[in-house]
Amino acid sequence: MAFVTPATAKSQYDVIVVGSGAAGGQTAYTLAMEGVSVLMIEAGRSYDPRTETPMFQWNRQAPLRGASTPDKPFGFYDASVGGAWTTPDEPYTNASDDPTKQFGWWRPRMLGGRTNHWSRVALRNGPYDFKPHRRSGLGFDWPIGYEDVAPYYDKVEMLVGIHGSNEGLENTPDSPEGILLPPPKPRIGELLVRREARKLGIPVIPIHRAVLTRLLDHRTIPAKLHPGNPRAQRILAQDMQNRAACFWATHCSRGCSIRANYQSTTVHLPPALETGNLDILPNAMAREVILGPDRKAAGIVFVDKTTGREGRALGRTVVLAAGACESVRLLLNSKSAAFPQGLANSSGLVGRYIMDTVGSALGGQIPLLENLPPHNEDGAGGPHVYVPWWLYKEQLAGKLGFPRGYHIEIDSGRQMPKAGTSSHLDFFTKGSYGRAFKEDARRYYGSFVSFDGRGEMIPNEKSFCEIDPAVKDKWGIPVLRFHWEWSEHETRQVAHMQRTFADLLLAMGGKLPRQPETDGGKAISRGGSIIHEVGGAIMGSDPRTSVTNRWGQTWDVKNLFMADAAPFCSNADKNPTLTIMALAWRAADYMIDQMRKGDL
Amino acid sequence: MSGESDRMDRRAALKWMLTAAAAIAVPRVPGAPGAKTPAAKGYGFDPDLSKDYAPGDLWPLTFADGQRRTAAALCDLIIPADEHSPGAASLHVHDFIDEWISAPYPDCAKDRPVILEGLAWLEAESARRFGSGFAQLDVPRQREICDDLRYEPEAKPAFRQPARFFARFRDLTAGGFYTTEEGTRDLGYVGNAPSGTFDGPPPDLIRKLGLD
Repeated sequence: MAFVTPATAKSQYDVIVVGSGAAGGQTAYTLAMEGVSVLMIEAGRSYDPRTETPMFQWNRQAPLRGASTPDKPFGFYDASVGGAWTTPDEPYTNASDDPTKQFGWWRPRMLGGRTNHWSRVALRNGPYDFKPHRRSGLGFDWPIGYEDVAPYYDKVEMLVGIHGSNEGLENTPDSPEGILLPPPKPRIGELLVRREARKLGIPVIPIHRAVLTRLLDHRTIPAKLHPGNPRAQRILAQDMQNRAACFWATHCSRGCSIRANYQSTTVHLPPALETGNLDILPNAMAREVILGPDRKAAGIVFVDKTTGREGRALGRTVVLAAGACESVRLLLNSKSAAFPQGLANSSGLVGRYIMDTVGSALGGQIPLLENLPPHNEDGAGGPHVYVPWWLYKEQLAGKLGFPRGYHIEIDSGRQMPKAGTSSHLDFFTKGSYGRAFKEDARRYYGSFVSFDGRGEMIPNEKSFCEIDPAVKDKWGIPVLRFHWEWSEHETRQVAHMQRTFADLLLAMGGKLPRQPETDGGKAISRGGSIIHEVGGAIMGSDPRTSVTNRWGQTWDVKNLFMADAAPFCSNADKNPTLTIMALAWRAADYMIDQMRKGDL
Repeated sequence: MSGESDRMDRRAALKWMLTAAAAIAVPRVPGAPGAKTPAAKGYGFDPDLSKDYAPGDLWPLTFADGQRRTAAALCDLIIPADEHSPGAASLHVHDFIDEWISAPYPDCAKDRPVILEGLAWLEAESARRFGSGFAQLDVPRQREICDDLRYEPEAKPAFRQPARFFARFRDLTAGGFYTTEEGTRDLGYVGNAPSGTFDGPPPDLIRKLGLD
């Protein structure tokens, strides 16, 4: 294991990687396994899920029965350390006072970043998702297509372990036979949704999540992922045997001490460290990219948070994987005579076209699910089924009034009691208390189903970030100022979500405490709230209209790469993490190739 | 909606986005003694997750003896002992409510005056109707008062405000109770245990609901 301090780090590395989440983890993994020396810089503290995960803790052991607070918005046991939508000592600002025009920026400060608590929903983008402009005339096409990324989706799925199934549905790609792990059985509420949705022509299929429903095949996968590299194969085979399969308890958002789900800290970093090629420097806040006299990146200036002192990390190649907006901030704060408006920003597009996922929810109570016999519905620590977007043809024909789709995540089941359990039952009970309340609590427990829409946002001119001219963080680093606006493309999509959710709930015989919103603007999530932060340094084929090329390599600085979601040209309804990892692996392969050719 | 689901966490979570970077605003209730949350720190962004926490461990509690007695009596009225599980007060649910209203977080600060004023109202109403403290009343008399508060949309105008208190107190009592070992068992939650397989719903149930 090589955790280093500014004093013990080497003076020079092949590659400096800023960030340790999905992008930084994948980049470091791919490079280290192929013999490239890497220094990973992480702004937060070191974190080890094997020893720190609250497996099996009950909410009664937590303050406030584990309830959501501003310190822990997803509850006390959520695997987020060091920050949330606020991060101590590191502010950001919004240009507007109107909350609907603000962006909330989620920043934990811990090794592995957001991968420690994420939903583990791991969907592939489909062919349409890389060419959205071609399909609707809106947004931007990527300079790559599904066929470019598919081999890397395969690799990531084999490395990480994804459960799911192949259904052959439009723009919802199948994986090659044998890659996906078996999907867990649907819960009772999920079965009911499936039956009723089918009558409405809405498909309900096994969701893809990064959870090991059985052990990975350590005998065959390493050779497929690292052909011709016996050492990498041996290390990976060993590490795969150190991961356990899911034991069907403890919600994934707490992290996983048995390494049954994907976190950068459970999958990427352990084997990468084992190679001896990866050093990790925690508590180091990157301030700017060092630009050499040859107009190439020479490394990173960082602040050691434990001492407040500045340090330098030098490398032949620099990879930014700090999270889209944090990587953008680094570029904008790296000003020089050669790049007066920020590094790699000759296009003026750094910070432009930031996107989140469109979110909206509606839930109801389902009488059919009342008074069910007690049975364990913990399952794989998240949903087992979902609704992929199903109206591609209607949308293409212009019948829907909004251009992009959404998928639906389903929440149901007899979940571990917490602070809000059996509250707000008055709507159904008309205010029972005493013995009657206890009967009602038993009756209604587990009888709720809610739907969460996750839709595609189209990048727009009004959603961007820039450097705040006045505000600096504790380390004296200028902070980001956000501008945010949804458009009618998104609010109309939300109105459709609301109507669909109500149709589904009513078809199940559900009672709705809240009626669906007909005005999508009233039911749309706030910018940043789904924590699918992408864009800000989009890739393209033309240096005048994009920041990076098809490899995430900046046009202006040849040895500077953007490995997180900053180069995303669009934000498909599919959760971005799997695509981040696939693109990071692809970019790292390209770097290795360029290094071998002497071009980097 | 019942806040049972994990997805509800996200909804609760989103509220804090709006307050991001804003100071915690404690609602001012003129003339309500102790309505303001005393200055205290929360558990911060990196709390020890392995510890067992008890009310009072992280911030000072609020209830004076009288308030605590009233709260305990109301907890037991809302969730009394029955053949399935003990009453809420015997499991110290009122101490959780004290922890909640004493916490330096916005939701808690909002509930604080509602609960403290509500308890004071309950005492005054008990004295007015029966010349006695609420905790000393027998259950039929306690119910006589609380029947007027049970459901706010149907409460008489004079009882609207206390009905809001009653609803909030009932929700906190439920959350406090059903998270205890006994409450969890009563509800029929049987998870949080490792297993070699996940078998899905019982086959009988699938058949009964026609979902096979």
